[in-house]
Amino acid sequence: MLIRHTATLAAMLLLGTAPFAQAADKPTDPQIAHIAYTAGVIDVEAAKLAIGKSKNKDVVDFANDMVRDHEAVNLQALDLVKKLKVTPEDNATSQALSKAAADERAKLAKLEGAAFDKAYVDNEVAYHKQVNGALETLLIPSASNAELKSLLETGLKIFQGHEQHAEHVAGMLK
Amino acid sequence: MSKRHLWIALTLAIGIVPAQAETIQVTIDKLVFSPASVEAKAGDTIEWVNKDVFAHTATVKGGWEVMIPPKKSASLTLQKAETVDYFCRFHPNMKGRLVVAP
Ligand SMILES: [Cu+2]
Repeated sequence: MLIRHTATLAAMLLLGTAPFAQAADKPTDPQIAHIAYTAGVIDVEAAKLAIGKSKNKDVVDFANDMVRDHEAVNLQALDLVKKLKVTPEDNATSQALSKAAADERAKLAKLEGAAFDKAYVDNEVAYHKQVNGALETLLIPSASNAELKSLLETGLKIFQGHEQHAEHVAGMLK
Repeated sequence: MSKRHLWIALTLAIGIVPAQAETIQVTIDKLVFSPASVEAKAGDTIEWVNKDVFAHTATVKGGWEVMIPPKKSASLTLQKAETVDYFCRFHPNMKGRLVVAP
């Protein structure tokens, strides 16, 4: 049993969709709202770590952009759930995302200088890619409320923009 | 005839009516520039109206950049005839084009 679980987890990690793959069922709107909000909070936390640690202006500027955009999206999300009288519901996917992000931050916290910058920006590319995949294939198709779906679609465009922005910054670090 | 009309009549008569410079609006909504492509003349002004809660830019690689704050507008007067592709530096998936005639 343990071997089987380990093998499944390894397969998920290889596919790079680990936290999202754990939700077997289609998430509900309160769960989707929670997942999307959590995804934003995670990126803000990573950015704040970078703002505190990095000496590279391009990296710090990028991190400030992440804080500004994700806080703006999450403010819209909070307004929307209030308007819809939906209470975001914690769930296995949100928890797995938070756990993976905490591990990543712990890893980043040990790095300094150029090694930190590279690891942070590379992780930003990978993280935005992962969230984009989840938005496209799971969260947007599962959302039943039209306004929630529309906010997620805007969120997808923001995340896709950040992925390209992160790739650009990664290119400058080389 | 009012003084203004007289003036217009005079300028028409001597054929020095300058092409009227226009202000052309480009709306930004949900990370989309629309219209995505604009035809203008040198001397016209482009005004980007940002309906998003996000800051955007209109940036030409190796050229100018206009910052467009959330829920605000920003303008640029076109100096010369050229065709330029611009993008948002914060969200490079946002793209637009200006076709500027002399
Ligand atoms: Cu933008």
